[in-house]
Amino acid sequence: MSTPSPELQREMLRQMQTIRRFEERASDDFRAGDIYGVVHSYIGEEAVAVGVCAALERRDQIISTHRGHGHCIAKGADLNRMMAELYGRATGYCKGKGGSMHIADFEIGMLGANGIVAGGIPIVTGAGLAAQLEGEGRVAVAFFGDGASNAGPFHESVNIAAAWKLPMIYVCENNLYAVQTPAAKSLAQPDVASRAAGYGIPGVVVDGNDVLAVHAAATAAVARARAGDGPTILECKTYRWRAHTERPNQPDSRPADEIAAWKQKDPIGRLVAHLQAQQGQLTEDEWQAMDAAILAAIEDSVAFAKASPFPTPESALEDVFAD
Amino acid sequence: MREITYEQAGTEAILEEMRRDPRTFHLATDAPPPLLAEFGPQRVRATPIAESALTGIAVGAAGSGFRPIVNWSQVTFAFVAMDQIVNQAAKIHYMFGGQVTFPMVFRAQVGGGTRRAAQHSQSPYSMFMNVAGLKILLPSTPADLKGLLKTAVRDDNPVISFESGRLGGLVGPVPDGDHTIPLGKADVKRAGTDVTIVAFAWLVHEALAAAEALAAEGISAEVVDPRTLVPFDVDAVRASVRKTGHLLVADEAGPTAGASAEVAALVTEDPETFAALRAPVRRVCALQVPIPYSPGLEDHVFPDRRKIADGVRAMLSGARAA
Repeated sequence: MSTPSPELQREMLRQMQTIRRFEERASDDFRAGDIYGVVHSYIGEEAVAVGVCAALERRDQIISTHRGHGHCIAKGADLNRMMAELYGRATGYCKGKGGSMHIADFEIGMLGANGIVAGGIPIVTGAGLAAQLEGEGRVAVAFFGDGASNAGPFHESVNIAAAWKLPMIYVCENNLYAVQTPAAKSLAQPDVASRAAGYGIPGVVVDGNDVLAVHAAATAAVARARAGDGPTILECKTYRWRAHTERPNQPDSRPADEIAAWKQKDPIGRLVAHLQAQQGQLTEDEWQAMDAAILAAIEDSVAFAKASPFPTPESALEDVFAD
Repeated sequence: MREITYEQAGTEAILEEMRRDPRTFHLATDAPPPLLAEFGPQRVRATPIAESALTGIAVGAAGSGFRPIVNWSQVTFAFVAMDQIVNQAAKIHYMFGGQVTFPMVFRAQVGGGTRRAAQHSQSPYSMFMNVAGLKILLPSTPADLKGLLKTAVRDDNPVISFESGRLGGLVGPVPDGDHTIPLGKADVKRAGTDVTIVAFAWLVHEALAAAEALAAEGISAEVVDPRTLVPFDVDAVRASVRKTGHLLVADEAGPTAGASAEVAALVTEDPETFAALRAPVRRVCALQVPIPYSPGLEDHVFPDRRKIADGVRAMLSGARAA
C-alpha cells in the first residue's frame, strides 16, 4: 500500500475542509431562509467522498445521494454553481430546477445527487455498463448509505455488476442511521460489506473517518475495476455530526455521548494531526491560510449566488424534453 | 408493398436502428434471437429478472452517451421499475437543468384478450401520460409500429412504446427503406363526415370494422388514430371533430382518468371545437375493473366493434349515454 504524496494529502485536506465550510454555510443560509426546502449536511463524513474521489480520474463517474454536496466537491464541482443552485438561481448547476438534492455535473462525471434512497445505484451501474461497452478503462462509483443497502435496487445492481464484471465500486457510507433508525436494528449483519460474499466479489470494511485508509482501499478497488475484474463493495464506517436534515424540529434521537465520541474521530482533525506530526508537511500557519482561502472561496460562492438572477417563471417549461 | 406482422415490424425496427447506430444496445430478460445473432451478447444482453435495475441501467447508460433499448416484455413488469421510470428517467433531464440528454426506448405489451387475467392484461398508459418527461407511442399497425419505433430510437428522450398484445400477429403493409414516422402526428385511418371515432391500438381495427357496418346504414364515420399519446396531435383530432360535430373515443383501458378522458377534455375545452359539437362526447371504454380471466367475463369487460357502432348510433339518434 503506497501512501499518497504530501501534496495529495494536503489536497485531500483542502477538499475535506472545503466540504465542511460549504456545509456550515449551507446550514446557516438555510436557517436564514436563503436556501429552500431541505439540506442534508455531510459534516463528519468528508473522508469518504474525498478519499474515494482522490482515487478516481476526471473521466470516471460517480453518483450521489440526498446528502450529496460532499461528493460534488470531491469530484471537482464548481462552488459558485453549487451555491447558486442551493439559492435557486438561474446560474446554478440545474438552472434552479434541482436544488440541494439534485446537483449534478456531467462534465466532471458527477451523475447527480438523488432524492430516492437507492435510486441512483442502478443508474450509475448503467454508467459502469457504458464504461465496459466503451472499453477504455473508465470506472463508476455508487455512493450510498446503510439505509440503501437494505433496498432491492442495491442487490439487483450489485448482482448484475458482479455477473457482468462491470467496472464498479459500491461505496457504502455506513453512518449507522437510516434517518432515525439505527443500522443495528435494520441490518441483519452489522457489516454491509459482508454481503459481497453473496455476490462473489470483494467486500472491504474501512474506517471511514481515516481518509488515507479510505483512499488506499478505494485505490485497490479502482485498480480491480479498471483491470476488468469486476466490482467491489467498500464499506466506510462513519458518522454524521448533524441531524438527518437541517429542517427545524428534526428529531435526533441519537445519544449525545455517541455524537461526542464520533466528533473525537474527526476526519479533518486526524489528517491535520497526521500531517503536522511529520516535519514540514503542514505548519499551523499553512493550515490557517488554507482554511482562510477556503472560507474566502465559500464567501465568493455566496456572493455569486446572491448576485445571480432567479430563473424566469417561463423557464419552468424548458428542459421537460430535449429538443 | 411488403406485408409483415406487427411483431416482425417491431423487430425490424430495432435491427435497423442497431445497425444504424453502434451506441444502441438492447436489454431484456431474454435476448431476442435475431438481435443476438446479429449483434452478439455485448450489445444484446439477457438480464436477470430485475426490472428496477435494468431500467436504471438504461438511464445511466443513456446519460453516458449510449442509446439503450429496453424491452420490459409486458407493462405489468414495468411497475416493478416505477421508481426508475417516474422518479429517474422522466425527471432526470429536467431536474438537472438539461445538462445532457437521456435517449432511451422502453417497449411493453399492453391490452387484453389473451386470457391471462388481471396482472398480464392491462392498458395503464394514462398513468405514464400523467408523468411529465415521457414520450408515449401506441401504434396500431405494423407500419406505424416500425416507423414510430425507429423514430423513438433516434429521439433524445425517454420513449415508451406500448404495443398491443392482440396485434402481434396482425399482418400489414410496411414501406421498404428507412421508414420513419414523426411522433405527434395522428393518422386518419378512414375518412368520414358524420362522426369522429378516436381509437387507440387494437381498437383502431374495431373502430374500422364498426365504421364499415355503419356505412351500410348510411353513417359516415371518420376513424382517427392518434398513434402517439405524448406528444398528442390535438390539432388533427379537433379538426376532425369540427368537421363531423360528433366525437366517440374508444379505448381498451378503463375510462377513469384515461387517455379517453384527455381526448374529451382537449376537444371540449377548445371553444371553436366545442361550438361545433352537436352531441355530448361519448366514450366506449373497458369497464373499470381488473381484467378477469374467464372468457365470458373478459369479453364482457372490453369494448369492441359492436359497442362502438352502438355508441355511434345512440349518439346520432340523440340518445343519452348509458
